[in-house]
Parts: sequence; structure tokens; C-alpha cells
Amino acid sequence: MHDTSKQTAEHHHSPPQGFLWTHVFSLDHKVIGKQYYFLSLAAVLIGMILSWLVRFHLAWASVAIPGLQHLSQVGAPGGIITPEYYLSLLTLHGTLMVFFVLTTAPQAGFGNYFLPIQIGAEDMAFPRLNMLSFWVTFVGFVVLVSTLFVSDGPPISGWTAYAPLSAIGSDAGPGLGTGQVLWVISIGIFCIGSLLGALNFIATTLDLRAKGMTLARMPYTTWAWFITAVLGLLAFAVLLPACVLLALDHLGGTSFFIPGGLVVSDKLQPHSGGSTLLWQHMFWFFGHPEVYIAIIPGLGITSHILTATARKDLLGGTRVLVGCMVSIAFLSFMVWGHHMFISGMNPFSSLVFSVPTLIITIPASIVTLNWIGTVFGARLRLHTAGLFAIGFISVFVTGGLSGFFLAQPSLDIYLHATYFVVGHFHMVMGVAAIFGMFAGTYFWFPKMFGRMMSEPLGKLHFWVTFIGVYCIFMPMHYLGLAGNVRRYSAFVDDYLAPLIPVHKFITISAFVTGAAQLLFLFNLFWSMYRGKKAEENPWQATTLEWTIPSPPPFDNFGGRHPVVYRGPYEFGVEGTPDDFVMQDSPEQPAKS
Amino acid sequence: MGKLFAVVLTVITLVSASFFVLHTWWMPVDISVHGPALDKQFGETLLGTGIGFIVAQLSLAFFVWQSSGRNEGRKTRQFPGGARIMVTTAVILVGFEILALSFVGQKAWAAVNLDPAPPNALHIDVQAEQFAFYFRYAGPDGQFGGVHPDKISDGDGNYFGLDPANDVAARDDIVVGSLTIPVNQPILLSMHSKDVGHSFYVRELRIQQDFVPGLMIPVHFTATQTGKFEIVCTQLCGLGHYNMKAYLNVVTQEEYDQWLKSQIGQ
Repeated sequence: MHDTSKQTAEHHHSPPQGFLWTHVFSLDHKVIGKQYYFLSLAAVLIGMILSWLVRFHLAWASVAIPGLQHLSQVGAPGGIITPEYYLSLLTLHGTLMVFFVLTTAPQAGFGNYFLPIQIGAEDMAFPRLNMLSFWVTFVGFVVLVSTLFVSDGPPISGWTAYAPLSAIGSDAGPGLGTGQVLWVISIGIFCIGSLLGALNFIATTLDLRAKGMTLARMPYTTWAWFITAVLGLLAFAVLLPACVLLALDHLGGTSFFIPGGLVVSDKLQPHSGGSTLLWQHMFWFFGHPEVYIAIIPGLGITSHILTATARKDLLGGTRVLVGCMVSIAFLSFMVWGHHMFISGMNPFSSLVFSVPTLIITIPASIVTLNWIGTVFGARLRLHTAGLFAIGFISVFVTGGLSGFFLAQPSLDIYLHATYFVVGHFHMVMGVAAIFGMFAGTYFWFPKMFGRMMSEPLGKLHFWVTFIGVYCIFMPMHYLGLAGNVRRYSAFVDDYLAPLIPVHKFITISAFVTGAAQLLFLFNLFWSMYRGKKAEENPWQATTLEWTIPSPPPFDNFGGRHPVVYRGPYEFGVEGTPDDFVMQDSPEQPAKS
Repeated sequence: MGKLFAVVLTVITLVSASFFVLHTWWMPVDISVHGPALDKQFGETLLGTGIGFIVAQLSLAFFVWQSSGRNEGRKTRQFPGGARIMVTTAVILVGFEILALSFVGQKAWAAVNLDPAPPNALHIDVQAEQFAFYFRYAGPDGQFGGVHPDKISDGDGNYFGLDPANDVAARDDIVVGSLTIPVNQPILLSMHSKDVGHSFYVRELRIQQDFVPGLMIPVHFTATQTGKFEIVCTQLCGLGHYNMKAYLNVVTQEEYDQWLKSQIGQ
């Protein structure tokens, strides 16, 4: 530890000069963190607008959306979305949200900004690599969005891009030629960015901790980012080659994912020997850990903010929370087959994959019970960040419990590919992770921008969002029970017609909830310039980010080398003037 | 603020749960031999998770109610029993639920997927393609003709790529666009795809199985009630995915025999 503190003593690079090096190609982890955050913000805005379009189409399929024909004359002639364009928009929504929002903001955004500060470092271990990770990710984003502007639009194969639909090319349908190739290139690029980021997070956490910052004294968020980085390193290392192989099936005439004898559009395809299930195995080997890549930072952020909200440490502390997060991460690599129960893989495998899937609920339940137990006997200070952290607990419980059904192969027979699954994963992976991001934004905004966000606007945002997400995603579970299949652009089956009013209710809820997000955007940008000036420690929290000015100076600690004397969450300490003690407070008060 | 949160969360919890209890939107009545076991398991899972949902949400609401308000001077309190009680509760309760569900579920899953079809099962070949299902019956000779992908032609109605000119077994194969089966007769479907991935989903039969290009997948079931039911595709297969459907006609043995005879005559 003493040796590593020497490393932190010397800054990796000097303060930048000029706009380009200060704001664009900056090596400063704080600027890069903000860049990731704003990239996610752009992605979530596009993703949300796409979700409005698909929701509108599901409720009122024959009603024109004014102006949409200007985005795609072919996809939305006269403003009415065609079935294939519906699938294109859906694919883009899923891909943007999973990769460029859920994987990007909680980990790369907040993690980049706060991990070095929370461990007392001046920057990430490899600042140049850090900058490269962001710009690589940015290129991936541009390539993905460019699919909107190619002649036959984005791919129609969903964010899971199942082969051979995704591998055959334009014979299989619109968007599956150029659009699909751009999609796979975009995701491949994203994988490279994420792998570089993961290496940097791991090296930084292990090597750059300040004196006294033992592993046991690391904040919950730091642990969460570290564990997520390890997950990302292993998971994206499998998705990247899968993308390369899929690109080769398109561009190199190979048949990794295409078996022989397929007749598509009345043409016998010139492929043989490939396996369609191979894509599913590779994709879900990444895809299930990906769920935890999205949510573990949320677990960390919620736990971190809950302590300052409840004015007490988390029940069970670091040992239990980190034990659970590590268990979840470890088990997440053994459960990918539960996405494939009815895929045609050996049915014995389904039973094998089911058991660890059910077991993973034990550490998840322990974490949840400890959060609820922490709220017991707390002295709650319910600022907006705290409300979102507590809201996170509620949606995580709801989303997690429906997983019990889907973890069982015999129940998956009925529920697979229905809206029950859509409701489940949106609640546990989408909404919960986004609640984590909102909590993080309201909590850390003062540190990042030196100003406070508006609390009344924030609380209004919380209430509409909290009630709204239940109105959107809870009815999806009921639709699933009625057998409503997902990824349908219209409900033409006899049994689906009576369910359309439920879809209308969901769509209206989505619009109202979406409008509240515009309120959030207004609050965010307004507060950046007009918000009340923030103090160093507005929430009276205990970790190192609250020991430095808001916003922090270029080298974080202003040339000071922080020394850590305490655990990360010492609240309610006897004999202290306040109810908390900072991590860098000496164990014995300094003698004057 | 905390009290408002508690009230809102309580309302959300009770309203959400009530639709499950009232069966406002629900599974259709099961018409398969294996279905009751799946439905029973669904009911047990719903009971367990339902109790978990209500207890967890209402505890959260109650504790937030208790812990908010004017309390700056008050000391915080630890949960009685601390984390140990939480860990023990989770391990025992969730562990028990997992053991019970795995044990029961394994049998239900085995009945559908691991047990072989009875020897007297009626064998029907099913092909999925963008965006239709086709069903092939072996005809009077009881033999299916060979399949030749190079001979597949939707324009000529040769959906399976049969070669009746050179293949005797193919000459009497019956190819139709809907699935007609006799009630209480075990059925064995051999499922394969012509082009991309598809799926076979009949809610009432409690059957869902993907068609995987390159694989022949067997599925067996026995329908216990007559009627007409929808077969829909649940695996994203392209632009017409939403419209890919067929009908399942479950008829009496006599009606089936008559239907088969009429098909042979064509």
C-alpha cells in the first residue's frame, strides 16, 4: 500500500491547455466520466423516443405520426410505421438502451468520475487508454445510429440478433444486409471500448488506492465498479469474437452460424455446417453477465446513497454486500442457458441451468433484505437521491421476483417470449438500473457541477417516474399471463384483440412517464448554470469524494495525498459534533 | 415525504397483487395431459413469490413510514438480530423454495421434454418458414417421403421439397396449412425450419418450442379437449412475424378419420 501511495503522489499528466484537450480529448477521468454520462444521456433520449414510437404503434397502429415519414419514407410512409420498421425501431431501442445506456452510464460514467476519487487517486491508472475507451465507444454509438440513415434502415432482428436471421443477409428481410453489418460492427467496437475500460478499472482499483484505503475500507460503489469491470472483461471477451464471426458470415462467406439446406426467399443459401445455437450460446454467455454489468453498479450506488439517506451503515456492511455481489457475479456465468430453455438445446441442460439461476436469488435476496433492514430504525433524510435509492429497492424486488417464474424451465414453456419476460427484464434491469442512475445523478451532481439540482423538481420527477414505471411494466406481466407474444408489430391473433386496451393504458403511461424525464432534463441543464452553489459535502456523507471542493480541482485532491483512517460509512459515532465521521479523519483527534 | 412514499408503495403493491388474485388477465384453460402439472407449479410459484412481494414491499413501506419525519435528534436503531437474521432468512426461505420448485419442476419438465413419446403417438412433420407453418401427415403408407431443400418451391406448393417422381413414400404425403389431430391421442411433432428460427406456441396446450434451422426437434403432447386453437410464432423471424399463425383443430377420432380420408382423396 505504501508503494502504491507513491504512485498517486505524482500526477500522470499535467493540466491540459486549450478547449480541444480540456473538453474533447481530455485525459482527465472526470471529463471522461462526464463524456460517458452525456453519451448515455443522448442514447437514452433516442432510446426513449424510439420506445414512444413503438408504443404508439402498438396502441394505434393505423394512426399516422406527423413528420415520421421524414425519418424514413420507406419505413413510415405517410407517418404510419410498417411492420418491418417497427422491428427496426425496436432493435435500435434495445441495443441503445442495453449497451449505450445501461452498460455505459452507471459503470463508465459514474465509475470513471468517482472511482479514482473514492480511493484517493488522482486519475485512472491509464489515462490515455481511458480516453481511447470513450472515443472507441463513441464511434460504436455513431455507427449504430447511422443504421437509421441507410437505405433499408436498422436491422429487424432484435437486440439479441439471433442467427440465422441476422447472418443470412438481405434475403431474410429488410435491414438485415447493410443495417445488420453496421449493427455487428457497432457492437464489436463497443466491446473493444468496454474491454479497455474494464482493464483500466481493475488496474486502478488494485494499484492506486491511497494510504489506508484497504479493500475493506473501499466504498460500496468502488466495490461494485470493480466487480462489474471483472464481469465486463470476461463477458465482452466472448461477445467480441461472436461479433467477428457474425460479421464474417456476412462479409467473408463463412458459415459459423448458418447450417446447410436453408431456403430463404426461395433461394437455397450457399452455406453449410454452421450452428444457429452457437450464436445463442455465445451471445447469452455474454448476455446474462451483461444483466449484472447493468445492475451491480446500481446495487453499489443504492447502498452508497442509502447510508447517507438513512444516517447509518448498511445492515451487514461490506462483508455481506461484497460477498453477495461477488456470488452474483460468479454465478452469472453459469446461468446463460436459462435464456434458451425452449431453444432446442438438450432438455437436460435446462435443468442444469435452472438450478444456479434459482440459487442466484439467494444473494440477491440477502442484499434486498439488508436494504430493507437498513431502513428500519433509520433517520431518513428523504432528498431526491434518497427517494430514488429507496425506489430502487422496490423495483428491484418486483423485477427480481418475476425471475422466479422464468428461472423454471417448466414455467418458461408458457411464459417464454411473452410480455411477462418484457415486464421482468425492464423492471429489474432497465428501471432498477435507471433508478440507480437517477439516484447517482441527484446525489453526485453537486460534486460534478458545483451546483445543487432543484429538489422540488427532482421530487416531482421521482413521483411521476415511480408511479409511472409500475403503470407501464406491471400490466406487461398480466399480458404475459394471457400469452401476449412480444416483438409483434400488431395484434392480429384472435386472442390478442381483447388485450389491446391494456396496451393503450401502457402507452399512455409511457408518454406521461416520458414527459417527467423531460422535467429531469430541464432540471439537469438548468441547475448546471442556475442551481444553488454546492458546498463540499452537501449530504453530510463520509467518503473521500466529499472531502474535496465541488467541483474537484484538476488533480482531485489539490496536491494533498489523502490518508484513510476509517471505514467508508461511519454514521452515528458517539462523541462527535455531527452524526458522521469522514473516512480521512484521523482515529485520534489531532493535537493542537 | 416518507409517509407519502409508504402510502403510495402500499397502494401500488395491493393494486398490482389484486390483478393476480382476481385472475383479470389469465392463462386460458389447459387442454393437455401434461398441463395441470405446469399450472400447479405456476400456482405454487405465484403463492411463494406473491407472499414475498407483499411482505417485502409492505415492510419497506412501513419502515420508511417509521423512519421519516422530524427525527434529527433521534438515534438510529439496528434491525433486531442484525444481518445474521436476514442472511439466515434468505438462505432458509429462498433455499427451501428453490429446492421445492426444482424438485416439482423437474418432473413437470421431464413429462414434456425428457420422456419419450408413447409408441402409439401419431407422427406429424411440421415445417416453419417465413411466415407460415406447414404440417405433413405420412399418408396411408405410414412413411414420410424424403426432404430435398433444392426442390423446395412455395410457388409450386412443394413446401417440404418432396420428390414424388422418384420417391414412392412421398407420393401419398399430405401437406396442409393447419394442424388437425384427434383428441386423447398422443401426438409427436417433428419440427424443423426451412429458413430462420421460428417457434410453435399454443397457449392452451402449454407447449412452446423453437424451430431451429439445421435441427429436427421432437415434441409430444396429448390434447384432452376438442376445439379450435391458435398456433402462433414466438421467435422473431422477420417482418411478418406478427402475422405468422395457423390453427390447431382438435377433433374426435371419427371426425379425424373422416378428415384424413377427405385429404387422401384430394
